[in-house]
Amino acid sequence: MKRNLFLLAGLIALFLLPIGQGNYFILILCSWLMFTIAAMGLNLTLGYAGQISLAQASFIGIGAYVTAIMTLAGIHWILAALASVIVCFVIGILIGFPALRVKGHFLAFVTLAFNQLVVLVARNEDWLTGGSYGKFNMPRPDFGFYHIRTNLDMYYMIVVIFVIFAVLMYGLIRSPWGRAFKALRENPIRAESLGVDTRRITLLAFAVGSASAGLAGAIMSPLVQFIEPNSFALLHSLKILLMVIVGGAGYFFGPMLGAAVVILLPEFLRFTEGYYLIIYSALVIILMVFSPAGLMGIGEKILTKIRPNQQVRKDMEKGAQL
Amino acid sequence: MSDTVLSVRNISKSFGNIHAVRDVSFDVRKGEVLGLIGPNGSGKSTLFNCVLGQLTPNQGEVMVNGRPVSGMRSNDLNKLGVGRTFQQLSVFPQMTVLDNIILAGQEHHGTMLTRLFGKPDAGLTPEADQMIEFFKLEHLRDEMAGSLSYGQQKLLDAAMAFMAGPSLVLLDEPAGGVNLTMLGHLKERLKTYNESHNTTFVVIEHNMEFVMSLCSRIIVLAEGAIIAEGSPDEIRSNQQVIDAYLGG
Repeated sequence: MKRNLFLLAGLIALFLLPIGQGNYFILILCSWLMFTIAAMGLNLTLGYAGQISLAQASFIGIGAYVTAIMTLAGIHWILAALASVIVCFVIGILIGFPALRVKGHFLAFVTLAFNQLVVLVARNEDWLTGGSYGKFNMPRPDFGFYHIRTNLDMYYMIVVIFVIFAVLMYGLIRSPWGRAFKALRENPIRAESLGVDTRRITLLAFAVGSASAGLAGAIMSPLVQFIEPNSFALLHSLKILLMVIVGGAGYFFGPMLGAAVVILLPEFLRFTEGYYLIIYSALVIILMVFSPAGLMGIGEKILTKIRPNQQVRKDMEKGAQL
Repeated sequence: MSDTVLSVRNISKSFGNIHAVRDVSFDVRKGEVLGLIGPNGSGKSTLFNCVLGQLTPNQGEVMVNGRPVSGMRSNDLNKLGVGRTFQQLSVFPQMTVLDNIILAGQEHHGTMLTRLFGKPDAGLTPEADQMIEFFKLEHLRDEMAGSLSYGQQKLLDAAMAFMAGPSLVLLDEPAGGVNLTMLGHLKERLKTYNESHNTTFVVIEHNMEFVMSLCSRIIVLAEGAIIAEGSPDEIRSNQQVIDAYLGG
């Protein structure tokens, strides 16, 4: 009951947040939700299934380019978004194959190389991606009953997509698949001995995580209406990883908080002018030193103090194991 | 129809010049509790791993319910009705006891799609509760498995191995590190399960009292080969076994 009320309050807050705000701030809110979707995908791959990926931004890129190319060709955004998700799901399966052979840092390097490859393809294949000039003037979706013209319209569309996505993701994590993902993270050998097809579940962890980023890309395309290869460079994958880690890997609401810190906090610190990035970096370092399990980890620690019988998630005490 | 559940035929396994298992053959009948004992380095674990498909033998064949299983992946082996426990603790520490047990059964229910769109517990909560009750873990049902004591985790490990209703369970040092009270409880539960379900057990164990009281037949390995086979009483009085393993 308490949880439902909390969720309802959160939902109402999401709808009220942009009211009375300027165009720029609404755009920032849109970015926050868009990156939250991508980070929730990475949270599934890393936080729940324990598979490191440094290629999340490249999947946003793939999703954004697929949507841009299709919508510029006159295809409706819904179909383009669907295609983006499917393409990223399939490529996600392919990028998951190395994870069957290599783990940890080695896997991180494989995914990092993939991210770089996607950026290079986007830069060099002008005929398809527009090269360094990128793609621009992508149309905003028109649903007949709901024409998207302003950033506020766009925000409400993203909120609806985000809520549907979050419900689906929650269902997935609570399902037997979610249990298998966690088993893969905690003890893959034992999981396999209990009948879990760890190969299949590893590939699915990558596929679902990548498809989520594809959806974020499909949102990005009509949101910013300009995409170019550097928007999906490794730096952005690291940024999404930071969102997951700062929020708390393996916690459902972690990425939402993490994305808020990474996207919103620098904006709130702008009043410090030239110092905002220094303050932002210092805050992140302090957080990681004192709570490797991220913001959700702090919440858990407080809960444990209040209710000592409630066990803190021991695997997350040291943060996500990369 | 034969009542042989596990058939090990002429298994040999070498690592370079070290012959870990030499031409070992034995059968295990339905409902039997077979103990595999022997000094360290006698080849027990290698043989166990050959049976479980984690090592491919250089020679020989392993059959479960008449089907060759050499080199088979553990998840496929599990679906053939083979459960196992591990020497080290092998529960999922950040899942509740209930979730650990449900996970152990969920892959045997429905398809990938029904497991995605069906009930979160795959409809296994009543069955899991029965298993929890059987191992007397009901007061710990909703606790994180990682917060359980060592002995309780060993019980949970065994409960997980039984959740899918296997025809054969391989127990790798189930008594290792378990205190005397919990050990008695574990043994009693294993015996009861064996008698009520007629499940076949193969047990590797160093605790002689545990093995002698649990197993109906014992095979003794030394230097990769079988040196004795028989009932617990026969093994106790076998001079070769006394010399090689039990001591004076």
